[in-house]
Amino acid sequence: MAALDVEVEQAATTPARRGRLVFWLAVAWIAIVASAAIAADWLPLTSPSEMDLLARRAGPGADHWLGTDALGRDILSRLVFGARISLTIGLIAPMLGLVIGAGMGMLAGYFRGWLETLVVGSIDVLLAFPPLVLALAITTYLGQSVLNITITLGILSIPALTRVARAATMTFAERDFVTAARALGAGHGRILMRELLPNIALPLIAFFLLAVAVIIVVEGALSFLGLGVPPPTPSWGGMIAEGRDSLDTAPSIAFLPAGTMFLTVLAFNMVGDRLRALTDPRPGAL
Amino acid sequence: MLGFAGRRLPYLVPVLIAVTLLTFLIAALLPGDLAVALLADQATPEKVAALRHEMGLDAPLVLQYLHWVGGVVEGDFGRSFRTGEPALSAIIQRLPVTVELMLFAELIALVIGVPLGILCAVRSGGAFDRLMTSTAFGMLSVPAFMSAIVLIFVFAVRLKLLPATGYVPLDEDIVGNLRSFVLPAATLGLGEWPVLMRVLRSDMIATLQEDYIAMARAKGLKPWRILLVHALKPSSLTLVTVTGINIGRLIGGAVLVETIFALPGIGRLLIGAIYTRDFVILQGVVLFVATAFVLINFVVDMLYGVLDPRIRHGRA
Repeated sequence: MAALDVEVEQAATTPARRGRLVFWLAVAWIAIVASAAIAADWLPLTSPSEMDLLARRAGPGADHWLGTDALGRDILSRLVFGARISLTIGLIAPMLGLVIGAGMGMLAGYFRGWLETLVVGSIDVLLAFPPLVLALAITTYLGQSVLNITITLGILSIPALTRVARAATMTFAERDFVTAARALGAGHGRILMRELLPNIALPLIAFFLLAVAVIIVVEGALSFLGLGVPPPTPSWGGMIAEGRDSLDTAPSIAFLPAGTMFLTVLAFNMVGDRLRALTDPRPGAL
Repeated sequence: MLGFAGRRLPYLVPVLIAVTLLTFLIAALLPGDLAVALLADQATPEKVAALRHEMGLDAPLVLQYLHWVGGVVEGDFGRSFRTGEPALSAIIQRLPVTVELMLFAELIALVIGVPLGILCAVRSGGAFDRLMTSTAFGMLSVPAFMSAIVLIFVFAVRLKLLPATGYVPLDEDIVGNLRSFVLPAATLGLGEWPVLMRVLRSDMIATLQEDYIAMARAKGLKPWRILLVHALKPSSLTLVTVTGINIGRLIGGAVLVETIFALPGIGRLLIGAIYTRDFVILQGVVLFVATAFVLINFVVDMLYGVLDPRIRHGRA
């Protein structure tokens, strides 16, 4: 009971403190999902593809803590193994975008001129394609595998991260400390890596986390359409799609993965938004 | 105004050329031979070579591109390998469904988002504002396929009020047509209103601090008149842009929603083309959607100039 009391007490205090509590709850949720995904093989779970045909669409119970799906597979186990796919793709794809996007954005924002025109132009072209449509088109040709989907979604996350990097670099490029570094004889490489990069790291990380949320959703959409990671590998989007057929008899088959995915996306959005707010002093700004 | 459009036009052409180039390259450069894919298990080296020649795939890439783009400019997007249907006519035939879906969705989003945005701005920082801002933030984390499942569960499975899937053509039965669009449009609209609300709210808060609003208050104008007449129009600039930019997101959402609710629009055409590996239709839809998106954003840019004269005179 003591734990509950603490929670009630904190919730009743000022908005700022409540915001901090929500922030840490979000961090905790991400930590739980991530550690479950990493430790999935060692957890005492039934195999995610093992079918218990006598217990199809079973409710929660001792054998299956969260029940089973239409094929009698353990939902908890599928959620945990599905987290692997969502988090692997959700984290690595934006990282790819971060490395390429930050690189291009910094070079564009620092050197300006034709390089900037070229970078901004290429981004505009990439942005002309609705992300899901582009993702569908590329994965159709590349084929559905974790690697291919990660690369595709990584490419999709380049434009946004490039823009953030370029905008942030431009605000710092003309500042006195950069001029000072240049006067001390620092080369372009040193200025970019030692002077500018540390300053734009925080907004980049904030947008990276927001990108993670977006990518998890897009991966979920691909899986939902049956165009993501191929079965029998469990994925949250695929589980929601499968659960759709049992909405009238066992809605939890669809709602459990939907809820898990919602909380995860929300958590990344919250943490990212909090970090972004730190770098953006305007209250209530978007 | 025409001069403004004329100045912006030169930006449009290179972007459109690049869009066709990228659409072409996705198909041409990515691994996986179209001829092999089409012949499937009947693929022998001779047959593949013959089909490649027939489809012009053995020509140099530049020629292939020019040939393809030449056709596109004349309205020839190629023909489906499967049905022989011209890609462009397949797209145009399904366009009305997608447009109706998107308009309906945007309408729902505006009807929810705009009043909430205004109400939040009036008492910014108040309880209602904090509640709605958090709700909007939460809603932004709900993907379309998730709200679709919830809406189907509540309105089709439990309440049995609306059909879960299916489509009734507009000329057959207007009421039935609208009924078949309610859940799909609501699904898309639910994802859109938070964006609109947040944008309008933050612009409106800024507008309400302007001197002329204080002046209007001092003159004793009715509060609703100040809000709707004096404050709304100058606050709606970003709203218009965001509505335009979001069309891209909306198209992505439409792909999902049309598939979930079995609406015969462009999105379903795209997904169908992917399932059947009908690459000509796929390429056609991608090109069509991207071009439409670029043109819509161009129009939105123009609209921006109409709403705020400072922009078209280059002083903003």
